[in-house]
Amino acid sequence: MKLHPMIAALRKHKAGVVLIALQIALTLAIVCNAIFIIGQRIDRVNRPTGLDEGNLFLATQQWVGAPSADTPDGVARLDAMLKEDLAALRNLPGVASVAPINSVPLLNSSWNGSVSTKPDRKFSDKGDNVRTTYYFSDENVLPVLGLRLVAGRNFTAADVQHQGFRDNPPRPIVILTKDLADKLYPKGDAVGKAVYIDGSGSPSTIIGVVARLQVPGSGTWTNNFAWNSTLVPTRLNANFSRYAVRTKPGQLDAVMRTVAPTLYKVNPLRVLDDDSVKSFGDIRAKAYRADVGMAILMGVICLVLLSVTAAGIVGLTSFWVGQRHRQIGVRRALGARKVDILHYFQLENLLIAGSGALIGIGMAVGLNLALMRYYEMDRLPVLYTLIGVIAVLVLGQCAVFVPARRASNVPPVTATRAV
Amino acid sequence: MFAYYLDLALRSLKRSPGLTALMVLAIGFGVAASMTSWSVFRAVSGDPIPWKSAQLFVPQIDNWGPNGRSADGDPPNAMDYTDATALMRDHRARLQSAMYQISPSVVPAEASKHPINVSGHAVFGEFFPMLDVPFLYGSGWSASDDANRAQVVVISSKLNEKLFGGTNSVGKSVNIERADYRVVGVLDNWNPQPRFYDVVNSGGFDSGTEDVFLPFQTAIQANIPNDGNTNCNAVPKEPGFAGLQHSECVWIAFMAELDDAAAVTTYRDYLQGYAREQQQAGRFAWAPNNRLRSLPEWLDNQHVVPSDTKVSLLVALGLLLVCLVNTIGLLLAKFLRRSSEIGVRRALGAPRSAIYAQFLTEAGIVGVAGGVLGLLLTCAGVASVGWVMPKDIASLARLDVSLLLLTLLVAVVATMLAGLYPTYRASRVQPAWQLKSN
Repeated sequence: MKLHPMIAALRKHKAGVVLIALQIALTLAIVCNAIFIIGQRIDRVNRPTGLDEGNLFLATQQWVGAPSADTPDGVARLDAMLKEDLAALRNLPGVASVAPINSVPLLNSSWNGSVSTKPDRKFSDKGDNVRTTYYFSDENVLPVLGLRLVAGRNFTAADVQHQGFRDNPPRPIVILTKDLADKLYPKGDAVGKAVYIDGSGSPSTIIGVVARLQVPGSGTWTNNFAWNSTLVPTRLNANFSRYAVRTKPGQLDAVMRTVAPTLYKVNPLRVLDDDSVKSFGDIRAKAYRADVGMAILMGVICLVLLSVTAAGIVGLTSFWVGQRHRQIGVRRALGARKVDILHYFQLENLLIAGSGALIGIGMAVGLNLALMRYYEMDRLPVLYTLIGVIAVLVLGQCAVFVPARRASNVPPVTATRAV
Repeated sequence: MFAYYLDLALRSLKRSPGLTALMVLAIGFGVAASMTSWSVFRAVSGDPIPWKSAQLFVPQIDNWGPNGRSADGDPPNAMDYTDATALMRDHRARLQSAMYQISPSVVPAEASKHPINVSGHAVFGEFFPMLDVPFLYGSGWSASDDANRAQVVVISSKLNEKLFGGTNSVGKSVNIERADYRVVGVLDNWNPQPRFYDVVNSGGFDSGTEDVFLPFQTAIQANIPNDGNTNCNAVPKEPGFAGLQHSECVWIAFMAELDDAAAVTTYRDYLQGYAREQQQAGRFAWAPNNRLRSLPEWLDNQHVVPSDTKVSLLVALGLLLVCLVNTIGLLLAKFLRRSSEIGVRRALGAPRSAIYAQFLTEAGIVGVAGGVLGLLLTCAGVASVGWVMPKDIASLARLDVSLLLLTLLVAVVATMLAGLYPTYRASRVQPAWQLKSN
């Protein structure tokens, strides 16, 4: 089929052609960027935390009128209270293991700092420092969170210290995530080596490396250190405490219900509310709620956009078919087969949609640049543009099929009828 | 004549119900998507204290130096204890308050009830008049209460309801962290969004309420720890809460009321002088690098409006644009299909303006129908933003008369605009040509 007569015919409908092409271009520009946003959010939400997330929950509580964590005596009393809670939780039926911990991944409550392979670094010496988050827990942290040790050993009960919340004692040993260990010691021989925490002059020996452990912050500000975690074998003593609890399989809900009564029995002078006992599933859902919502919103908008554009193509092509009734009859009378007519309209649509898509690629890139400039977006990969182009071309073909088939059904006898 | 055009338009629309439905649906969805995202955007970008926001200022002092600055050279977005108390002591603004976020426990009087956790701020007495905080009973506390570290508290109406059954509780005592505080004031409903006085810690929007306000120095003395962010450029040299107060760690928010341009200039000079003094005293090894932003500038600087909200609005407006282009195309097809009818009308003496009136009426009807559908979809959209937006933000989106009117207006005006070009083309139809070809 020759393109020349087709283009000549299209010139008779300049406005309609331009409008369809423009609509396809705009659709492409928006759909590409929307799908890119969806893809990014899905990637974020699917990031593994490194935890075994089933059968895990977190209990947070605050003591009322607790002793001050700023005095040695107060710290000792707080630690005794913490140990009482731990013992009570450990003895609950259905509990596999319990660990005190300052935070868990995705909780958005974190203690961040930086570690270095050299002593006495200032925070401002950016080159030597690697950003990290600290998890303060005890020897049970690996089994409770379900972390996988890839080198070295776990903490033992004898390694575990305790300290007031705002104190800064030396920390003789730590376990790092593999990501962090590799950044500090790229040869992969971190175990047994020293790191210096927050510009400290005293070394902390790396005794083990875990495969993966995400930081508590789920916002974009943590993107450049999302896997840099440091585990410190220390119980933090403050007026509040958190307990990570792993239950036996299938007993999560039952155990979670018994936590508040159990802790109140140990000591009624404390605050436990609806938010205090949360399964890890809930913590994850809360952290990614905005991302999931944005993905759904973009998905809905894409769907509406594609439907509107498809409907527009159907409408305008139907109009053209109606207008060219007689010409189609003439072509049929002159020997064109039904399939020739069908192909004519399909090819015509491909031509319009193709030129629209070309303009659309430019608009998509432009929109992406604007979003990058103002709203912290990443660069749109070529793949998404290609997916978008294919999507609008396929959409065009699907939309044009019904009116094109109607055109192909115009009987040749139409040519002989006077209008 | 209008009634006649209305009748013509309705007949024409009825003749091609599919095409009409398409246009109405496109307009309805486009308008509803835009209006729903607009309702969210409007809610989060609103001025929380419009009558006064231009007089409220947030100072920033560069106590970290060049290495602690953000990429665009800004000093830390909070203050350390030294600077915050120095600014309070110097008292150069008409009203000002340093503040920090607290989350103490409150023990109800009845022994059978469990203690509860409340959030709030430790502030200075000027906080209340500065922010025009409404009181149900009583008032804030005095400067001498601040100086004497009085055991007083201002509570929210919600906490008053919970502890005192909503009666006037001024003079009664509340047990906070096992110490007694005398209630001096009960707030009326006050929960500004964004929580502008401490956006660094509230992140802007917070669906919870602030239930207690304690005098700053009283809270410090009672060792009520800060519950908000603490950022340090070095590990504090001394341990404990006292160590934090002696460190360069930043954890305190600050707000000052400056009533006119002269006051702003004077305060700016004062901050400059203060930083220079610190430099001369050897505490800062760098030239002064302060900031003094008005509240709207500060909210913008801290990106209080989430970028997701802006992107959603942008994409929804894009959708509306596509829907309009779509409507232009469909109206064009619809109008030109009736070229012969136009030809007859023109030949019988109808001027171009009559053709304009007829076809714009038709476009207007499509717009009204699309607007009504858009209204229904906007209602559904606003009701369901909770599914896709964070709770703190979604709960702010409201359906009100102005939003509904705007929806209808946007639908009608946009469709009429979309109808302009097709109508122009219709008015250009050559009567002679049309009559001949028939």
